[in-house]
Amino acid sequence: MNDSSGQEAQFQAKIDAESRIEPKDWMPLGYRKQLIRQMSQHAHSEVIGMQPEGNWITRAPTLERKTILLAKVQDECGHGLYLYSATETLGVTREELVEALHSGAAKYASIFNYPSLTWADIGAIGWLVDGAAIVNQISLQQTSYGPYARAMVRICKEESFHQRQGYEIMLRLSEGAESQKALAQDALDRWWWPSLMMFGPHDADSANSAQSMQWKIKRVSNDELRQKFIDQTVPQAEAIGLKIPDEALRWNEARGHYDFGPIDWDEFIAVINGNGHCNRERLAHHKKAHDDGAWVRECMAAYAARQQTEEKVSAG
Amino acid sequence: MQQALVTYAVRLADDALIYGQRVSEWCSNAPTLEEDLALVNVTLDYIGRARMFYEYASSYSGLSEDTYAFTRDGRDFTNLLICELPNGDFANTLVRQYLLDEYEALFLGVLSSSSDDTLALIAQKSLKETTYHLRRSHEWVLRLGMGTDESHARACTALDALWGYTPEIFAMDDIESGLAAENIAPDRLALLGPWRENVARTLQSAGLPVPADSWQVEGGRRGIHTEHLGHLLAEMQVMQRTYPGLQW
Amino acid sequence: MVDAGFPLWEVFVRSKRGLDHIHVGSLHAADAESALEYARDTYTRRGEGASLWVVKSSDIVASQESDAESFYDPMDAKPYRHAANYELPDGVDNM
Repeated sequence: MNDSSGQEAQFQAKIDAESRIEPKDWMPLGYRKQLIRQMSQHAHSEVIGMQPEGNWITRAPTLERKTILLAKVQDECGHGLYLYSATETLGVTREELVEALHSGAAKYASIFNYPSLTWADIGAIGWLVDGAAIVNQISLQQTSYGPYARAMVRICKEESFHQRQGYEIMLRLSEGAESQKALAQDALDRWWWPSLMMFGPHDADSANSAQSMQWKIKRVSNDELRQKFIDQTVPQAEAIGLKIPDEALRWNEARGHYDFGPIDWDEFIAVINGNGHCNRERLAHHKKAHDDGAWVRECMAAYAARQQTEEKVSAG
Repeated sequence: MQQALVTYAVRLADDALIYGQRVSEWCSNAPTLEEDLALVNVTLDYIGRARMFYEYASSYSGLSEDTYAFTRDGRDFTNLLICELPNGDFANTLVRQYLLDEYEALFLGVLSSSSDDTLALIAQKSLKETTYHLRRSHEWVLRLGMGTDESHARACTALDALWGYTPEIFAMDDIESGLAAENIAPDRLALLGPWRENVARTLQSAGLPVPADSWQVEGGRRGIHTEHLGHLLAEMQVMQRTYPGLQW
Repeated sequence: MVDAGFPLWEVFVRSKRGLDHIHVGSLHAADAESALEYARDTYTRRGEGASLWVVKSSDIVASQESDAESFYDPMDAKPYRHAANYELPDGVDNM
């Protein structure tokens, strides 16, 4: 019996049993759509995220830092690649996904609309932005869709070096001259709240969450992930003598967690809707690379076709 | 002798650093994600190579790799001019890569047997990377030459723009001649013939013309650079200039 | 400008210490040579690789979920293929 409701019940039973859903399995249209949206936006974020950090490659202050930053940004590129490939298992092409990014139909993590203004920003981004991403990605290792989960496992393995190198930059700055300490504190001041916003709206305000949780695409709620991030990061800041820009931040013994101040959701919405410093630049940069590269891709295709023809001729 | 060795190591380091810095500019700008990864791999190999050569020089001079990289002015850099030229388009970048890879494969091949153990070791390690670089760039020259009319035209333009910078690669000054006499440094002149043969063969396979030897520019080893280097260094050195003498 | 799009290739890596090629992901490339090189650049940066395979995704023949019953279930009912099926006398634990 192959009616849709029977299939849906079977599908949900699989999910409930913590079985993985694989590309050729039957899945509800909504599940497929939700995954394409989430996975492709995750991929876009990795690629767009190369820009604020890539911004400092040519100006890294030492050869060692330059090397580390290059390796890190290269990893982000690879992550984008893993995620695009995982998304393609759902029957969509990379060209379609890139088209959606360029048209604005698909989004990327809003955090990357902020500018990387100083070398210390590279430290803050690694420590906080990658730190937040790790908290999210660890939970996604249990996501129900097989290719997505496997991509997360691979990404998580590579991600811990990212956070560590960022934190080490901040540590070095905080042990340095007054000017360097000031750089570090300024970067923390500017990247702290946007990093908290990376986890998305409060659970109560999040429309998608319920369905996403039922299908086990999402495993842990936004607020829970955000709290986890704050709890692990506050001691890290204290350890290097930096002050988190939140007057309401304090340990709550009863809850066993840090209490923190209100997030400015107006800023979050404004930046998502195009009023961040870098929204236009990020897309323009991506489009330019894509457009400038068109002749190169045509060249690759033409050469490959030519070789295939030659192979046929010499075989025949 | 020691001074000559230091000068030589710094020269090879400068080549690698300046060239690596240039290729790094492709990060997030490449035609595909896969190509972006490949280009950054090449960059990392070159920066790594530079660091090895600076470290060797440092063992004699006491100057750190970052002192070499971030505090010298343009007139004190001794890299080949071809390394400091802007990337231009993808064809220019890969054609330059290819021309350099053919030379590096030959050069490092000989340097791997240097009577100086450290240089030999650095060369052996670098040669493995270069073997891969050459495989890649060789394929790209074929692709560009035989791909589309546009890729072919861009490759021709690149060859014409770069050709006059290649004689400098094979020039020997007193320092290198002295080191070559000790079997420390390769004789570049001896590499020119094989290089020209290899390049000619590849260009012919790719359907690309070998440019005429109608012009040439040199001066890098004497610190007489193109106007491009100053801007490259201004960008590369900005942090150390703004915040001198600190740890990062 | 509409891109034709390159074929998708699946990448399999056997690590230096490994016995089998394991699927690690996929990438787009126009031809086999660049697929292999991109696979090397993308999937072996941390020294994982001793051997790389790239296969066009379209060349992979896979079993279907609906086949699972006839493909796999009979295997579950044949415990004699599993070492755990067999008792070992005490003192023999390295088999």
